[in-house]
Amino acid sequence: MEELQAPPAMDRLSALAAGTVVPAEIHPELQDEEMILEVADFNLSYGSKQVLFDVNLPVPRGKVTALIGPSGCGKSTLLRSVNRMNDLIDNVTITGDMSLGGDTVYGRGVDVIELRRRMGMVFQKSNPFPMSIRDNVTYALQINGERNRAVLNEVCETALRGAALWDEVHDRLDESALGMSGGQQQRLCIARAIAAEPEVLLMDEPCSALDPIATTRVEELILKLRGDYTVLIVTHNMQQASRVSDYTAFMYLGQVVEYGPTAKLFTNPLLKETEDYITGRFG
Amino acid sequence: MANLNSLGYSRPAASMLARGEPMVWLTGAGLVVGLLMVVSLVAFVFLRGAVTFWPATVLRAELTSGIVAQGEVTRTESFTPDASFLSALNAADRDRAEQEIKHGHGELKRRLVRIGNFEITGEHFMWVEDFRIAPGGEKYPEWLVVLERMSWGRFYGTPVAYLANGEVVADGPAAAWAAFEAGDRGEHAAEGLVLRLVTSGGQLSDIEVSEIVRGYRGNDLDWADKLSLYVSRWHEYLTAEPREANSEGGVFPAIFGTIVMTLGMTILVVPFGVMAALYLREYARQGWLTSVVRISINNLAGVPSIVFGVFGMGFFSYLVGGSIDAIFFADKLPNPTFGTGGIMWASLTLALLTLPVVIVATEEALAAVPSSMREGSFACGATKWQTIQRVVLPRALPGIMTGAILAMARGAGEVAPLMLVGAVKLAPELPLDMTFPFFHPERSFMHLGFHIYDLGFQSQNSEAAKPMVFTTTMLLMGIVLFLNAAAIWLRSRLTRKFSGSKF
Repeated sequence: MEELQAPPAMDRLSALAAGTVVPAEIHPELQDEEMILEVADFNLSYGSKQVLFDVNLPVPRGKVTALIGPSGCGKSTLLRSVNRMNDLIDNVTITGDMSLGGDTVYGRGVDVIELRRRMGMVFQKSNPFPMSIRDNVTYALQINGERNRAVLNEVCETALRGAALWDEVHDRLDESALGMSGGQQQRLCIARAIAAEPEVLLMDEPCSALDPIATTRVEELILKLRGDYTVLIVTHNMQQASRVSDYTAFMYLGQVVEYGPTAKLFTNPLLKETEDYITGRFG
Repeated sequence: MANLNSLGYSRPAASMLARGEPMVWLTGAGLVVGLLMVVSLVAFVFLRGAVTFWPATVLRAELTSGIVAQGEVTRTESFTPDASFLSALNAADRDRAEQEIKHGHGELKRRLVRIGNFEITGEHFMWVEDFRIAPGGEKYPEWLVVLERMSWGRFYGTPVAYLANGEVVADGPAAAWAAFEAGDRGEHAAEGLVLRLVTSGGQLSDIEVSEIVRGYRGNDLDWADKLSLYVSRWHEYLTAEPREANSEGGVFPAIFGTIVMTLGMTILVVPFGVMAALYLREYARQGWLTSVVRISINNLAGVPSIVFGVFGMGFFSYLVGGSIDAIFFADKLPNPTFGTGGIMWASLTLALLTLPVVIVATEEALAAVPSSMREGSFACGATKWQTIQRVVLPRALPGIMTGAILAMARGAGEVAPLMLVGAVKLAPELPLDMTFPFFHPERSFMHLGFHIYDLGFQSQNSEAAKPMVFTTTMLLMGIVLFLNAAAIWLRSRLTRKFSGSKF
C-alpha cells in the first residue's frame, strides 16, 4: 500500500475544526463588482449545534456564484438562509444579517413573504406542484393575485423559453406537470423560479438528481441566465462549479475559507487547503 | 466444493425459513381464508336473495284428513320425527309414516306451503308431510291462480266468474281469467270489478280487482312468463312502497332514505374531518397535546355505535331539535317537529361516528405530501394557507377521498344508532320531494339496514319476510358497492388530473 502523505496545512484546518473563526481569503477582484446580496457576520445554529460561523459573503450582481465544499460544510444551510427557508424549522438560532439590494433580510419587521417573492429557488429534487405546467410556471404570479390571463400566458411563455423548455412543452401546457421527465421537471422548476423575475436565483444542487444529458441542459441554461440573473448555486460537483460559475466560494466546517474568481480559485488558489480540496486530497 | 468463500468455509444453504417460503404460504393462506369467508357470505346472500322473486309451482295437496292445502311450495326438507310426533297420529297415518321412515333412512319429507288466503285460513303457511297426502292427492292444477293483493297477503284459488257491478260478465275459469287479464288491475282498475274464486276449502270468495296487484296461473308459466314475472316483481320492489308490514311490495323509500342519509353524512363529515386534520397536521405544534388528541380520535373509532346513537338522540334530537322547536315551531308543540328523530339528526350522528375515519385518513394523506413541495411553494412567496390550498390539498385529495369512501361504507351499513335518531319501520313521505321547501331534514326516514332488522326480527309473518331479508341485504350491499364504485371512479379521475401519468 502506498504511504499516506501527512495531511497538509493542519493549522488552519484544525483551527476550523475547533470552531475558531478564521477570516476568509477574499480575492481582490471582487472589489470591482457591484454587490446585490451581502452576508455579514452570519451565524446559525440548529439547537446547540452551530452550523455557520461568522460568514461574510458578498454576491455580485448578474454573476453566477458557486458554493463548494464537502458534505455538511453548511453551504446548503447558507443558501436556505438567504430566502429564510430555515424559518420553517424549529429551534434555529441566528445572529448577524444579510442584505438584499440594500434591504435587510433578518432585521425587524421584514415581511418574509415579500422577501421570498424577490428571490427564486431551485431545489435538489425537482418539485413540480400537482397542477398543470402553465399553473406551475405562473404560480408565483397567481399567489400574488395576478389573474389576467394574457399576462399569465405571456409570463409563462417567456419563462419557459428562458428555461429552454418551451419547444418541448408548448403544446401541452394544460397537462399535469407530474407527467414530465425528471430533467424537464427540473427545468420547469427553474422556469417557475425565474417567472417572477427574481433579484437572486438560489440553486441547491440542481443537477444532483439528473442524468448527464439533463445536467448538461441545465448547465447550459445557467450559462444562458448569467447576466440577466444573479445566480447563487450550491454544488458538490467541482467540474460543474468550474463550468458554470464566475465566482466560487469554498466552504469548510461552516466557514468560508476562500472566495474568488472561479478560474483563479481552481488554477491558482491563495490557500493550500483550497488546492488540496479541489485536487481531491481531502473532503 | 464449489461454494467456498475466501476464508475456506463452505456457504451453508439458506434454510427454508430464511428463504421465506413458509411465510409466503402462511400469508397466502391468510388471504385465502379471508377471501373465502367474504365470498361465501356474498354468495349465500346472493343465492338466497336472487331467487326470492322467482315464481314457485303451486301445489294442491289433498290430505287424508280431508283438508286441502294449496299454495306455493317455499321450502322442502327432511326431518327426524320423535316418538311423540308419531304417537299423536292416527293409525293409518302412523302406518304410512313408519313405512316412509323405513325407506328413507329414518327421516320424513315435508314441504312448507304458502297457503295464503289469510282472511279465511288465519295462517300464511302450512307444513305438509308427504305421508299425509292421500294417494293421488298431489296435484298441480292448471287453473289454480296466484293473486298478490294490496292487503291480506297472497290468495290462491281457482277463478269461477268475473263480475262487473254485481253481474256476472264471464263464467268459468277460462272466461273469467281472460276477462281479468284483459282489464287493468290494482289502482288503475275500474270500480266494481270483482273476480270470484273458489278456495281450497271449496268456499267462494270475491276479490275486488282494484285490490289485486298481480295475478298469474302458477302452473301454466313458460320460461319467458316466469322471467317477465321476475322482472316485474324486481321493478315493484325497487320502485314501490312497502305493503303488508314490509313483507310485500317495494323498498323504494328505504333505498332513497339510505342514499340521502349516506350522502348527507358524507357531505357533513368530510369538511369537518378535513379541517380538523389540517389543523392537527399543518398548524398545531407537534407535541404531547397533539399526540393525546390523536390517540383520542383513534379511540373514538372504537366507541360502540349505539353510544353515538344515544348521544345523537340526547344532543341533536332533544337538545338542539327541542330548542329549534321551542323557538320556531312553538305553535305545534307538544308535537315535535325537529325535536325527534329525523334524517338530518341521523346524518349528523353518523357523521360524528365516521369522523375519526376521515381525520385519520386525511392526516395520513397530508403527511404523505412531500415536504419538498411545501418548500417549493414557500420559496415562491406563498403563505401557509396558499400552500395548503393550492399544493397540499390537491396532492392529498386522493387520500382524503379514500377516507370519505371508508366513511361512506361504514356509515351506509350502520343500523344501531339510526334506530334512535330517526330510522323507522314505515315512512312513505320522502325527505326530498316536490313540496316546499323540497328538503325536509326533520322527517323520519326508512333505511335498508333497519329494514333488514325489521323484516328479520320484527315481522309477524316471518316466513314470508325471511326471503326478503336476503333480497334486501343484497340490495344494500349493491348500493354500498355502487356508492363506493362511484367514489373510487371520482378518485381515480382526480388522481389522474393531479398526479400525472408518469409516476
